[in-house]
Amino acid sequence: MPNFVMSYLGSTVTPGEAGNQFWALIYVLIIFTGVSVAVIAMNWIERKALAHFQVRLGPMRVGPHGLLQPFADALKLMLKEDIIPAAADQFVFWVAPLIGLLAAFTVYTVIPFGPSQAVSDMNIGILFMLGVSSLGVLGIVVAGWASNSHYPLIGALRSSAQMVSYEVAMGLAVVSAVLMTSMNEKGTGTLSMIGIVQAQQQQGVWFIFKFFPLGFIAFVIFSIAMIAETNRAPFDMAEAESELTAGYHTEYSGLRWSLFMLAEYAAMIAVSSIAVTLWLGGWMRPFANLLHAPAWDFIFSLFPGLTFGSLAAIAFVGVTRMPAHSFFKIQRIGLAVFAALLGFIALLLLAIAIVGRSADASLAARFNEGIDYVYWFVLKVAVFMYLFIWYRATWPRYRFDQLMRIGWKVLLPISLGVLVVTAIVGVIVS
Amino acid sequence: MNPGMNSAFNSGMAPVATPFFFYMLSGLAIVGGLLVITRRNAVHSALALIVTLLAVAGLYLMLYAPFVAGVQIIVYAGGIMVLFLFVIMLVNIERSSKERRFNRMWPVGLAAACALMALFVSAFVKGRALFPDRMMSLPESSNTQQIATMLYGEAGRMGQYTFAFEIASLLLLVAILGAVIMTKKKI
Repeated sequence: MPNFVMSYLGSTVTPGEAGNQFWALIYVLIIFTGVSVAVIAMNWIERKALAHFQVRLGPMRVGPHGLLQPFADALKLMLKEDIIPAAADQFVFWVAPLIGLLAAFTVYTVIPFGPSQAVSDMNIGILFMLGVSSLGVLGIVVAGWASNSHYPLIGALRSSAQMVSYEVAMGLAVVSAVLMTSMNEKGTGTLSMIGIVQAQQQQGVWFIFKFFPLGFIAFVIFSIAMIAETNRAPFDMAEAESELTAGYHTEYSGLRWSLFMLAEYAAMIAVSSIAVTLWLGGWMRPFANLLHAPAWDFIFSLFPGLTFGSLAAIAFVGVTRMPAHSFFKIQRIGLAVFAALLGFIALLLLAIAIVGRSADASLAARFNEGIDYVYWFVLKVAVFMYLFIWYRATWPRYRFDQLMRIGWKVLLPISLGVLVVTAIVGVIVS
Repeated sequence: MNPGMNSAFNSGMAPVATPFFFYMLSGLAIVGGLLVITRRNAVHSALALIVTLLAVAGLYLMLYAPFVAGVQIIVYAGGIMVLFLFVIMLVNIERSSKERRFNRMWPVGLAAACALMALFVSAFVKGRALFPDRMMSLPESSNTQQIATMLYGEAGRMGQYTFAFEIASLLLLVAILGAVIMTKKKI
């Protein structure tokens, strides 16, 4: 058994490529857990960050600085009565959240957290991602219809129109990035997610900086379209609470409602991963081609440990700043334990970075590499997740006709133009 | 990487393209197709149609045609079916579900379906030589590139299907223009 685990940790290919179903399953479970934890964390961060944007404190009561609030919320949602309206279409009402959830989580099979840190690498990776994430809208549409109520139906109609419109611009932006992968000697590009990152590695440039500003414009179009795709503010027409109560999930409650939320956040992470993979170099660390000496490798591999170290430090500062009243004693102990846990993780990561600094094929070195890949990928995705919150706090919601106008009359022509110009420049350069 | 280390990891199990999955996907497609024509509620029919389309996409995957499978999911399941649902939601379900489903046109439809099936069977039996006796196996890793070569050709040379492909794209363009002109009275 240890041999088996070791052989996996030393592998250089994805479980899908190796045809190993057991490890693929382990991977799926790890990713599922990771994404669920990320969604919980995102829930807390969003509430806190939004509150601070609006000069409020946000959740403060459940746990220190409301750290346990998401767990309390989850518990509440699970215990809450699950109401199905009498006039609703029972089966479709029941199945709608599952469609969205399935679509959001299926996408994760091809997301490359590293050159071998993915469930599988498909030849059609990006196509698969776009296709499956576009299935998510079916869940929303069907939920709105099955509720048999006016607000959800309007929300669903808006959502479907919006998704169909923004998918076009999104696809064209993606194609222009895929076109850039073909700028090599052979002249053949790739649709595989891992292949796209490797193309950026070979060309020594993240596609956001390639043919500046062409890559950048395509990236901006994608990052606008992906907000519309995930129904987030300022494009959250499907659940515009000032107009439609709660849009497509007005009639949902309890666990079923929380499945919608889970699907929404999972889809947000998924589209952010597409953007990171296509334009921001995926798992590559910053300046991978400029500062490529082993010393730099070592310095950058310290980052995961240092990140957790600084989180631990923040938590410890929180411990010292807790009110001295005996009422806060338990919270204080809890936060101290949490900080100690973070510090332990930090020390572990630093130890791995130091032991695995030699670039040979030892297990520690491989492990160190893997941690680096996942760390940089997750960090880039985390930036996008923060941007989602920032957008929501900053911009007012668009009107529906404005939304359509932006989609069809602004984003679509620009993305078409970028595609054509990228192709021309590519032909001239190569 | 030393190969010994990888061996245990690589000793994977049998490939997924087994008869079991073929029968499962075919069964799903057929059941979905039957539900499409028997459900009274149009939205239920549309959902069944989505199941069928996804099952067909799975069959394409089993035939080592991942690109076609991906396009099937994007275009049909993700695009066309969303528009279908969009339109169906605007229809008055209450009224349409009370209407008689199988009106007197159904013998004609049945005859047409039987004729089509006879055509397929006879084409398969008579023209057996035209069909490859086994599956054409493009390597999975370069499937998309091979399709591109067939459609667009290699450098300086027209592909096998370039002409047909361009004609088809022109047809689609005409259809798009037609749709725009028909819906917009003033241009």
